[in-house]
Amino acid sequence: MKIKYHIEGGDFSAAGIASSEIKKILKQFNISPLLLRRIAIALYESEMNVVAHAYRGTMHLDIQPSSIQVVVEDEGPGIGNIEKAMEEGFSTATEEVRQMGFGAGMGLPNIKRNSDEMKLTSTPGVGTRLEFKVIF
Amino acid sequence: MIIYPEKFRIKPEFERHFVNYLRHVKMNVDRVNEIVNGELLFVPDPSFLYTSAFASDLMSDVLRYFMENTLLITGLCTLQTIRTAEISNISCIIFARGKRVSDDMLQLAREHSIAIIECGLTMFEISGRLYQNGLRPIGESERVRE
Repeated sequence: MKIKYHIEGGDFSAAGIASSEIKKILKQFNISPLLLRRIAIALYESEMNVVAHAYRGTMHLDIQPSSIQVVVEDEGPGIGNIEKAMEEGFSTATEEVRQMGFGAGMGLPNIKRNSDEMKLTSTPGVGTRLEFKVIF
Repeated sequence: MIIYPEKFRIKPEFERHFVNYLRHVKMNVDRVNEIVNGELLFVPDPSFLYTSAFASDLMSDVLRYFMENTLLITGLCTLQTIRTAEISNISCIIFARGKRVSDDMLQLAREHSIAIIECGLTMFEISGRLYQNGLRPIGESERVRE
């Protein structure tokens, strides 16, 4: 089963709607609550990243019987130093993002912690592609 | 001052039992509200029982822990607070320091069945009162794997 969502950069009031809807869909699949939570958190953090940093993006989900594969692609400034971005506590978030309770440099480490495989690639000035997989 | 429910007001000889009671405290949202002296804005399920609480203004940190039967104490009063709670399976939020919940937030809380309490106390005092009355911190073991 494949699902696609559009995410608008800078639209903080809508941030989280896609993740919330996907969580609702996955609930019907009889996935354990712990696993569902891990997936939801990884989705939510990646959605927040697009809203906080990019101009727009898409979230593609591929739900298989044994795993869920997520690809989040965005058009935006990209990430200059991926290694640095993966460090806990490193953030380039704006004041607006911080006022929302995010932007403390926990997002990418949170995604990594909650997924089984994660791949992050970026072209500065063009955009970022995040791919992660959670195995059931 | 500790606010005990009438039936648990104890004599010194029963203190040992009381300590045992505190180890297994579960309380519903009405009891929580009574302890923190707040205002209940929305209660989806009065019978749901809480065993622990977590206090944070940083939503990314809320997302780092496993939150079953846990309520959230926060001073961050935005739509993202409600969304974070929903994603983390948190079904009760106490807004501290007299923060006012907007209609949008309340609407979203209704959609996701999240109880909302507004409270004039600080996060420290809310945490202290609930701790004294038996709610526990979430343990390290409940952290989502590192």
